[in-house]
Amino acid sequence: MHTDTLTIAGRNLGSRLFLGTAGYPNQQVMLDALDASGSELATVAIRRISLDGYSESLTDVLASRFGGRVGLLPNTAGCLTAKEAVLTAQLAREALGVDWIKLEVIGDRELLYPDVEELLRATEELVADGFTVLPYCNDDPVTCRKLADLGAAAVMPLGAFIGSGLGIRNPHAIETICTRSPVPVVLDAGIGTASDAALAMELGCAAVLLNTAVSKARDPVRMAAAMRDAVVAGRGAHLAGRMPKRAFAEPSSPQLGLIGT
Amino acid sequence: MMGTIRVNGSDEVLSADTVAALLSGRGIVPGTPGVAVALNGAVVPSRRWDQTPLSPGDALEIIRPVQGG
Repeated sequence: MHTDTLTIAGRNLGSRLFLGTAGYPNQQVMLDALDASGSELATVAIRRISLDGYSESLTDVLASRFGGRVGLLPNTAGCLTAKEAVLTAQLAREALGVDWIKLEVIGDRELLYPDVEELLRATEELVADGFTVLPYCNDDPVTCRKLADLGAAAVMPLGAFIGSGLGIRNPHAIETICTRSPVPVVLDAGIGTASDAALAMELGCAAVLLNTAVSKARDPVRMAAAMRDAVVAGRGAHLAGRMPKRAFAEPSSPQLGLIGT
Repeated sequence: MMGTIRVNGSDEVLSADTVAALLSGRGIVPGTPGVAVALNGAVVPSRRWDQTPLSPGDALEIIRPVQGG
């Protein structure tokens, strides 16, 4: 079998699973889950520093466990405007020396749904500023196309609301986006369990980004390994090409030589 | 020096004359990994912290990466 490496903006990634680092029972479980997932890209958020106590840096913790094997993908989670998101991305680049950004611009704090207008504006500005932009976006082929046209290195449509675990609510839309997108499609948000991740890959996604499905699993490390396997299995099934669906039965066994006829 | 400066959303008395001075008062020196600063909405690279003056009414953001999705 030939190797099946994912390339985004010229960078090769050995794993098609990107994992978030938030919400684990504790830091050790987070590190063990990240290890078990096989992911080479971990998302982090950017927040104001606490000035009353200087705690151990997340980047140090990740670097001491994984060295350079796991790259960081900072996000702009919580940003409501293009202006906030652009500044957050620029601060992330300065803090981490990373010019990749998971671009999130939300229009509703309860639904965490993307604000398309602001997202497009922020994408354009960040691409012009030299960023590799991976926007979290609606499962909308038109928006995905506009983002790609603006220079997004990948598009990351949601499967369902962030943190909902509801799976892929509109698989046909995701499949359509995958068929038409000139850039890799990363299913971001909504994954609840391994079959959701496998489905995303079967639909043609290049990768899956998830967090809560692992961090809030009863056994996060085990779920991380299950997600790793699901992504590999789903990708394999996509490349293999599934059988056509039929409305009625079709016997697998020969119809000649039946006993008693 | 009189006046106030807004640091991470809270007003405080301005008692440092540069970004570097304000940060070192909090144990943050240039080269501290994972820390970045924006003054009035523009990133100040750490190599320029000691040449960047602070004035009353400025707004400073000091950030670091945290666990996120």
